[in-house]
Amino acid sequence: MGAYIVRRIFGMLLVLIAVSFIVYLIFIVIPGGDPAQRIAGKVATPANVAAIRHRLGLDQSFIVQWYDLVKSLFTAKLVSYYNQTNVVQQIKQGLPATFSLSIGAGIIWMGFGILVGLISAVTAGRLSDRVITALALIGISLPVAWLGLILRYFLAGEGGGVSWFPDGGYVSLTSSPVQWFYHLLLPWFTLAILFIGFYGRVLRSNILDTINEDFVRTAKAKGLSTRRILVKHVLRASLIPIVTLFGLDFASVLGGGAIITESVYNLHGVGWYAAQSIQTQDLPPLMGVTLYGAMFIVVFTLLVDLAYAYLDPRIRLS
Amino acid sequence: MAERLLEVKDLKVRFATEDGIVRAVDGISFELERGKVLGIVGESGSGKSVTAMTLMGLTRGVNARFEGEVLYKGTDLLKISDRDMQSFRGNELGMIFQDPMTSLNPVYRIGEQIVEAIQAHENIDKRQARSRTIELLRQVGIPNPETRVDDFPHQFSGGMRQRAMIAMALSCNPSILIADEPTTALDVTIQAQIVELVNRLKDDFDSAVIFITHDLGVIADIADEIIVMYAGRVVERGSKRDVFYDPQMPYTWGLLGSIPRLDRPRPERLHTIEGSPPSLINLPEGCKFRPRCPHAFDKCMQEPGLENRVESPGHLDRCWLDVDFKRSNRDRTISGSSVEAA
Repeated sequence: MGAYIVRRIFGMLLVLIAVSFIVYLIFIVIPGGDPAQRIAGKVATPANVAAIRHRLGLDQSFIVQWYDLVKSLFTAKLVSYYNQTNVVQQIKQGLPATFSLSIGAGIIWMGFGILVGLISAVTAGRLSDRVITALALIGISLPVAWLGLILRYFLAGEGGGVSWFPDGGYVSLTSSPVQWFYHLLLPWFTLAILFIGFYGRVLRSNILDTINEDFVRTAKAKGLSTRRILVKHVLRASLIPIVTLFGLDFASVLGGGAIITESVYNLHGVGWYAAQSIQTQDLPPLMGVTLYGAMFIVVFTLLVDLAYAYLDPRIRLS
Repeated sequence: MAERLLEVKDLKVRFATEDGIVRAVDGISFELERGKVLGIVGESGSGKSVTAMTLMGLTRGVNARFEGEVLYKGTDLLKISDRDMQSFRGNELGMIFQDPMTSLNPVYRIGEQIVEAIQAHENIDKRQARSRTIELLRQVGIPNPETRVDDFPHQFSGGMRQRAMIAMALSCNPSILIADEPTTALDVTIQAQIVELVNRLKDDFDSAVIFITHDLGVIADIADEIIVMYAGRVVERGSKRDVFYDPQMPYTWGLLGSIPRLDRPRPERLHTIEGSPPSLINLPEGCKFRPRCPHAFDKCMQEPGLENRVESPGHLDRCWLDVDFKRSNRDRTISGSSVEAA
């Protein structure tokens, strides 16, 4: 077990290095990517551009540039090309908003996803199943940006509707828990709806598969109640694949993946920071945010594998 | 006379499917007394498993229709609610299934699964249930039950899993143990052990057994009475002696002929019954075995009733053929001569 985890952590580091390298490569090959040219402006002399390039270290060889960038990131010295702010500092500032959004939305989508999947599987073929299926498909199909704007328009007083909810923004949990909750309600549901629909559909089909398993028939033959069979035998087995989905989806929103939700609701989290940096083609923050996100993905991949071994005793880690 | 536990009267089970009505079981009757072993034999799709599952209430569903009566100690199990049925399952009737590899939940320990069965019917605490589970595992022949009780199913071999299933089925001391092809998925040497185990435990637990199989050889030692099923019907029924030594139905001959035997000269090839069982949606007219029967004649276009046609009183069959003709012709099929097989 210990050796397994050490080996996995070593692998994770390799993945992160590869990710940083690929981000760097992409940045170099995209048109208009030369930061010196952009910083110098439209009427800069070649000498000006060269000076900026030298100051940023962009006249070094490709490998040296990449190495310097990653090194300064890991020593928390990396600064933005444009406003000289410290990248690690900026990401840290975004953490409360991003974590609040992700954890709340994660609880909502997991809870409702299980509920939706369970109800539609139990009533498979009947009206409630059909209604839920239709709603789930609508939920999956709604673009997050559109949904966010619509909710703001109609429920947050932005336009014609009522103003039951505050119109975006983030209030920290420590300053006012009530306002924190109130401000996050719409973003939570906006982010969660897609996942609820998706998880509900996946769980429904898992449950319907599991119900036909021989061990469920055995459980029935033992004389267990329908509820106990459903919860203890069917749901337990059906949830194992959901754990993988949740691990990776949750890692991605924790890692700043909720770019659109954060931007629509003006939550200054990591995703919002990423969106800002994309607009200015600012390499250092993008490198920082990408590695930050990649770190969550690799860590949660490991956690999912460990959870799997716990949930299904047939799986051995090696 | 021993206590009569079960009386099945003209049981019919039908399932509505998209392709039409499936007549899975079409009028089966039998009685079962404490201490007896009833063997139900037939091919896949003959209705033997559906019969067993129906006794347990496991075929209930929106598409299933039942007729007849299943009287367990006087209670008609077809009439009671699903909730009431729960207290019969496991408690009064225990069941073991064909595939022990998939019949246990892979994510729970063997012991937990048996404890769960005990606690479903009896109000005892976990420790007591656990020590009873260990005792049960010892009775079914699991070595070191004190430690193996905490194993997961995948740590057990196929034979051991079936033993664990038997322990589970017997955990609440049911009056009837239904074994649905319990040996089919096991090695031949293990098969014999499981059959022997079931037979021994039947006496230890003072219960009756319904043993379902497609292989007459498996129940040759233990069955008291045998029912041969074909296309949802009983085609022959009698004591073990009747069915093995004076079989009246050509289908039974075919089943007997398909068993390899050491006590007879070795045939070129084992007998095979040509063709396959009929669709239960579109049954053939007359005798249902007619299309596959080498001895069919005009009269077989009418279905024969299940009647006593021989000297032995309880021996029933559904065949129009003359008894003397059958007695002089059946050996060719049963001993699997090369002529018949060709």
